[in-house]
Amino acid sequence: MSSTASVQRRFQRFTPRQRFVRWVVLMLSVAAITVSIRHVEVIPEFLYDAPEQLVDLLNRLWPPDLEYYPIAVHEALLETLHIATLGTVLALFLAVPVGLLAARNVTRSTTLNWLAKLILVSSRSVNSLVWALLFVAVFGPGAMAGTLAIAFRSIGFVGKLFAEAVEETQVGPIEALRATGAPRFSVLVKGYWPQVKPAFWSIALFRWDINVRESAVLGLVGAGGIGVALDASLNLFYWDRVATVLLSIFAVVILAELAVTQIRQRII
Amino acid sequence: MALSSGNGQQQLRKPFPVNWLLRLGWIAVLAYIVYASSRLNVSWDRLVAGLGYGGDFLSRMVPPNFSRWKLLLEGLIESLEIAVIASTLGILLSLPIGFLAARNMMPGWVSWSARALIAICRSFHPVIVAILFVKAVGFGALAGIMALVVASVGFIAKLFAEAVEEISLKQVEAVRATGASFANVIIYGVLPQVLSRFIGFSTYQLDSNLRNSTMVGIVGAGGIGGTLFAAFQRFDYDFVAAILLSIIAVIMLGEYVSGHARRVFE
Repeated sequence: MSSTASVQRRFQRFTPRQRFVRWVVLMLSVAAITVSIRHVEVIPEFLYDAPEQLVDLLNRLWPPDLEYYPIAVHEALLETLHIATLGTVLALFLAVPVGLLAARNVTRSTTLNWLAKLILVSSRSVNSLVWALLFVAVFGPGAMAGTLAIAFRSIGFVGKLFAEAVEETQVGPIEALRATGAPRFSVLVKGYWPQVKPAFWSIALFRWDINVRESAVLGLVGAGGIGVALDASLNLFYWDRVATVLLSIFAVVILAELAVTQIRQRII
Repeated sequence: MALSSGNGQQQLRKPFPVNWLLRLGWIAVLAYIVYASSRLNVSWDRLVAGLGYGGDFLSRMVPPNFSRWKLLLEGLIESLEIAVIASTLGILLSLPIGFLAARNMMPGWVSWSARALIAICRSFHPVIVAILFVKAVGFGALAGIMALVVASVGFIAKLFAEAVEEISLKQVEAVRATGASFANVIIYGVLPQVLSRFIGFSTYQLDSNLRNSTMVGIVGAGGIGGTLFAAFQRFDYDFVAAILLSIIAVIMLGEYVSGHARRVFE
């Protein structure tokens, strides 16, 4: 009898330690959520008439003032697209060297790797709106500040993913090239580039898609693009014009996403 | 000798021929850069002039002024609270919406309407959504929370739906063959296959919400963003530097914590 008792062992998926850590993380999350809900300042009076206000908002938004589109929206929309595209191109040029410095198999210096990673992390930690605020303060309001903001925000994203793609390349072709005595630049162009090319274009397309969305808000802080038209209409309470702007942003974002999906299927 | 004469024909051929298509591509990119720069009034003179201002600007940011730390801390805590609540609500909403959007789980009309909802949530930047919610529910953290919930649904539900579409149907069928109810099929057949990826998306979105919760304040939706924007407009650049440093520190700390939390549940 005692032998069957010892056979009936209980199998568990996780060790007691794992279960304890999971429990602690769960409890901490629950605590964070509870404290946040208790402490956050929500004015209940605002919440009571929220449905009324929402209906009012929709009434003001509809119908959209489509005549505003040719006056101010069309140009601003094109400007937004140019900001996103030029910013992405600039970011690609800046991110490739930084990404190569961050990749441990290309740059064999820990100090340089660390420095490049620091650049990438600081670029990513600052929101594009903050970059835009900084560049507006430096270069004055306008599309130039927006373009630079988009570029500087994208460096971190593109550089990080590019460095990861470079680190995942196979050593074989690179060693073969080195064995022929190829200079460093040739090793980069003929050894690494063919291997990271699909990843690179996919990152570039992905970031462009994100940048189209982000460049639409930069105008709120004066950095050019459709956001300027949005801000102007909002400040004057022309909600029907706001609706036109929002609809055009929606259309452009959907078109950009469709274009990116199509190009990705063709190229990659 | 015989070997070299045999290869003579091939030695004339360049190992890496000039790729004219590629060169044309580079020229097109260059032409676009010139065209777009002139359209956007980006010029070398402005860049140089700006660098002068930039130096002045940086010197006014140093040293960062932490004397109004109470205001700073209040804003940061509110941002954190917005991020936590918005992520919680967003995750809770994304689970059902993501299931409804998965084409292998639901009939066509359900998944298409769920997909349309997700597309609308995704297409606007959180700050634009925050503007609409500020009008709807007034200034304050609530507008920020609602805006970030929308953003979270747009991101998590989309990726979650894609994850559900990639699952292996064998296990689902096996559970169904035992006569399990629909809920049991989902809990025992589908969820175990996608839960770890779902946690991955959720922690990623938590980071993203933390970043954006520091920004929605620019349009009056609560958090540190309002303080930051006000400091910018009053040219209090040393306070701006203090706020930016604290935001970056909080975001990095958040990434560190959420990265560890994710590893626990993997």
